[in-house]
Amino acid sequence: MTTPSGIATRPTATTAADDDEPRRRSRSKAPYLFVGPAALLFLAFSLVPIVVAIGLAFQETATLGDGTWVGTDNFERLGSDPLFLTSLRNTLIFTVGTVPTAMVIGLALAVALNRPLPGRAVLRALFFVPMVAAGVVVGVIMSWIFNTDYGVANNLLGVVGLDRVPWLTSPQWAMFTLILVVVWTRVGFCMVIYLGALQSIPNELKEAAAIDGASRWQRFWSVTWPLLRPTTSILLILNVVFSLQAFDVIYVMTGGGPGFSTTVLIQYVFRAAFIDARMGYAAALGLVLVAILLLFTLLRQRATRKAEEVL
Amino acid sequence: MNGVRNRNLGGDRTGHEGGARRGGRNRRWLLFAALTALAMLMIFPVYWMAVSALTPGGQSQSSEFYLWPSDPTLANFDEVFATQPVWHWLGNSMFIATVGTALSVCVSLGAGYALAKYSFRGRGVLYAAFLVTIMIPIQVTLVPAFLMVARAGLVDSPWAVILPTLFDVVGIFIARQFMLGVPDALLEAARIDGAGELRTFVRVVLPTCGPLVGVLVILGFMNRWNDFLWPLVVLQGNENLTVPVALSTLTNNPAFSSPWGAVMAVATVTVLPLLLVFLVFQRQFVQGIASTGIK
Repeated sequence: MTTPSGIATRPTATTAADDDEPRRRSRSKAPYLFVGPAALLFLAFSLVPIVVAIGLAFQETATLGDGTWVGTDNFERLGSDPLFLTSLRNTLIFTVGTVPTAMVIGLALAVALNRPLPGRAVLRALFFVPMVAAGVVVGVIMSWIFNTDYGVANNLLGVVGLDRVPWLTSPQWAMFTLILVVVWTRVGFCMVIYLGALQSIPNELKEAAAIDGASRWQRFWSVTWPLLRPTTSILLILNVVFSLQAFDVIYVMTGGGPGFSTTVLIQYVFRAAFIDARMGYAAALGLVLVAILLLFTLLRQRATRKAEEVL
Repeated sequence: MNGVRNRNLGGDRTGHEGGARRGGRNRRWLLFAALTALAMLMIFPVYWMAVSALTPGGQSQSSEFYLWPSDPTLANFDEVFATQPVWHWLGNSMFIATVGTALSVCVSLGAGYALAKYSFRGRGVLYAAFLVTIMIPIQVTLVPAFLMVARAGLVDSPWAVILPTLFDVVGIFIARQFMLGVPDALLEAARIDGAGELRTFVRVVLPTCGPLVGVLVILGFMNRWNDFLWPLVVLQGNENLTVPVALSTLTNNPAFSSPWGAVMAVATVTVLPLLLVFLVFQRQFVQGIASTGIK
């Protein structure tokens, strides 16, 4: 098919014939004008900072200013930095604590709310509300609810006759409380995505399984769950990315403490850069985080491909 | 229709039709009760925020506590609005969110259109480079971006918040996906009528993009209104803060003996606008947040 314009089938190279005609030339410039602002902003505020960050990772800087090149010192230091290892371990605990929990609850809610129920729309909206609140707002509300002395959580425990729990003031509890709060904000998102996927599964499939005498549970595992696999895969990647980048709630609720019990990697990057003023080291930490993110995405993609080949 | 007949057939075959149905109804009510209880739990923190905001001192001074505002009063709001520049904070947030969203949506629409409807040299590379930035956490680019903004003398200005966030990969992605669905015939017709490229875009393509613009505006506004880390880094003077940044400083503000009532009042003021917009434009909200999931 030949079209007289630059849409879709146009060859990428400008042909001599185009240049003969002024109207055509203006058309061949048009896409650059449309994408230009985005490309410039991308260059200035994404690409240049990324390149500079990579450069910083190989420098030593005392304050905001010029640094000296130190080669791979910053990366070598990582291995012997106990706080780096602690933050890696905390990141792992936080991610493993939040991601599967939020996804399982989200899936259960989606399956439940996919059935005809009274007030279904209202229920869906209620589960969704936490997503609208800013991380900081969630952080201050939850700090207040889980306040050891005056918080409503401990007040309610007192009514039942239980002891006060140091939700955010003890290193043993703080991570658990944070995971609880982040799951609370994440459940609605998982529910919405799963709900969309469930609604696209044709009813005939489930009915066919029902005719074959499959129980509700069997129908879910043999029909619904396999069809949800792509959605599960995407949600897993997204949730891991969200958890690795979770900052606001942790910053407001614990600031990484007590001690360093809730200092996750991203918290440590911020600390190194803006509290310890070690920009070079912070950049190196940041690159480690990006490497983990990329590695996870690649592994996940390979696993998905393998699973598809086996099936 | 088919579905109903099939279900009956299945029931006849197993012979438990009646029993299953009665059991199903009970189960459904049980499910409904469980879901309602869970929904109450989900909404409780937001409710508690409002209750604490309406109770003097946020209930922290009284030895007893109530699950509802025992003596509702706006005293917390009065106090915090009188002693802190809350109106400034709200104004800053509103300016940044409105101007930032408007500009960013224009940028995303243009980029999405070019990437979807033109084939030009470097398109694939450019789009791939855009998408990779989703992987890069803001903390990595935070320091270099801050140094750039500082060198440009923009620290403490709303533009320091607006400019670096104008490039919105997710917005461009959503715009491109939507524009792919705009029929080429429509563009051809406009061109045959002699419309220029810009005119074709503004007069022919954009009017078909209502739902897209709705999603982009809602998503863009929400993300900017709620944004925290970048404004925290580039804004410094108390008068220049956005509401979330100000809120985070309020918990250890020495001006309040017991800050919780004031904090909850400002938290309420922060979520209320978005909550109202959410209630009105629920579908676009859900659609917008869901579409970030497809990236």
